[in-house]
Amino acid sequence: MGHTLIEKIVMKNTGDVSVSPGEIKTVKVDRVMIHDIFIPFVVDKFREMGFQKVWDQDKVVLIYDHLVPTSAVEDVRHFKIGDAFVKEQGLTHFHRADGICHQLMPEMGYAKPGNIVFGTDSHTTTYGCVGCFSSGIGYTEMAAVLGTGEMWIRVPETIKVVINGKLPEGVYAKDIILRLIGDLRADGATYKVLEFSGSTVDEMSVSSRMTISNMAIEAGAKAALFAPDEKTCAYSGVKMEDVDWLYADEDAEYCQVMEYKAEELVPVLACPSQVDNIHDVAELAGTKLDQVFIGSCTNGRLEDLAVAAKILKGKKVAPFVKLIVTPASRSIYQEAVKAGYIGILAEAGAIVTHPGCGLCCGRACGILTDGERVLATNNRNFLGRMGTSKVEIFLGSPATAAASAVAGVIAME
Amino acid sequence: MSKIFKFHNDVDTDQIIASQYLLLPSVEDMKGYTFESLDGEFARNVKAGDIIVAGENFGCGSSREQAPSVLKALGVKAVVAKSFARIFYRNAINIGLPVLVSRDFYDVAKAGDEAKLDLSEGTIEADGVTYTCTKLPPYMQNILNQGGLIASLNKGEV
Repeated sequence: MGHTLIEKIVMKNTGDVSVSPGEIKTVKVDRVMIHDIFIPFVVDKFREMGFQKVWDQDKVVLIYDHLVPTSAVEDVRHFKIGDAFVKEQGLTHFHRADGICHQLMPEMGYAKPGNIVFGTDSHTTTYGCVGCFSSGIGYTEMAAVLGTGEMWIRVPETIKVVINGKLPEGVYAKDIILRLIGDLRADGATYKVLEFSGSTVDEMSVSSRMTISNMAIEAGAKAALFAPDEKTCAYSGVKMEDVDWLYADEDAEYCQVMEYKAEELVPVLACPSQVDNIHDVAELAGTKLDQVFIGSCTNGRLEDLAVAAKILKGKKVAPFVKLIVTPASRSIYQEAVKAGYIGILAEAGAIVTHPGCGLCCGRACGILTDGERVLATNNRNFLGRMGTSKVEIFLGSPATAAASAVAGVIAME
Repeated sequence: MSKIFKFHNDVDTDQIIASQYLLLPSVEDMKGYTFESLDGEFARNVKAGDIIVAGENFGCGSSREQAPSVLKALGVKAVVAKSFARIFYRNAINIGLPVLVSRDFYDVAKAGDEAKLDLSEGTIEADGVTYTCTKLPPYMQNILNQGGLIASLNKGEV
């Protein structure tokens, strides 16, 4: 019997000749990510467990992003605790204002093909874009990993998602993952892995794959994996011959197979207030908006800013609508400046913010109030996510967002 | 006896404890805001030993461990749901909050009614009928029996 991608990653890690879904395995962790919101809690638990030193100071990455820049005086406490822990433990990988954790982990090469990585954030599934098994855990569990370098997992079942063909104009990776979440529902992949393949996926950039793996958690998935190819190797700085073991066998066993024809896909939106509440943009066209947000670890990369700039070039954001743009990392921000995208967006009237989680986690940079409506490119539209519980949040692609910012109402590219 | 607090499908972690309260210094400071957007009176009305009954996918969304932690801090004895989201489930066991899966109990459970929960047997009784919940895998049951991950690590049993 052949093996799925997740089974091969676990086998490589544990040295087992074969593993199957349902087995409990203890894995050696290649890297962990902790962000600013949870660092105080991780440190507390680490001490409560009686640990003195982290298992490997080079394998721990601490990233400040949710609170960058601070928006309340209490936020500073998190940085002080984080800074002290970095010094005490001699941590070598530390980012104080370089971007969003889920962008930096693959971008900086902390999460590579075949690795096993855990993070204190549900969107840790993102690193599956380069064939890394990555998943979110709580702070108590993180403290245990810091002390031991190990973590127990249940080998998950896999849902195979095959997408073939050429995407129509105006349809992007975001529309694919939203459609899939709508079909699976919010718990359709709980405890399971989504494994992506097909010609559409082969053609996709690593950035687009990142949009898909980032949102897999919205269907409950434990991980979302893409087998590494030449593009992955170029992005992650690894050689193809070092990752050529990481592919799904033809006779691998799947609990479910889902197939999509790219030509049949259309631009869609997740409607308030659940990510699986999916409707075609065409159905909702004309719905009045107060704000548009382009950014986040889901859609704040160069290709996203490029699409937005293309649509907004020479145009203006509609009166009374605020457009907020947040690049996912400092390096993306710098590249977007060089490419002229930031200039175009500013000219159109956008508010361009520093890379960070800001609005997506409801902390800062555009909080809304009762009765307001926002179209955003991030990953979650839960009740109260971006302000009060009476804010309506729609999630869509950067193209839909940019076109809607110009129109002042929900509109298609 | 435990009083039943009943919630729907897909209760997410933002609904259990909203993001803006995660910056408070401790779970004790946060617990008064539990379920604020769904039931503003919940934190005041819930008593130690009460139970939460929910539908599918309870605890979906973020990895915040504060979600099971505020429930435990309020004295919630257990959550009985049709199904749980993965990270919430793992977090709950790691902090020693019992999470039980019952496909049937949700449909008969009435908010405000009393039920009798037997954690060692994994059964729940209401209106004279007993429902058996799905057993945890032994590895997880062991962590829960010890009172959570910290207690079991200290005993060297994980």
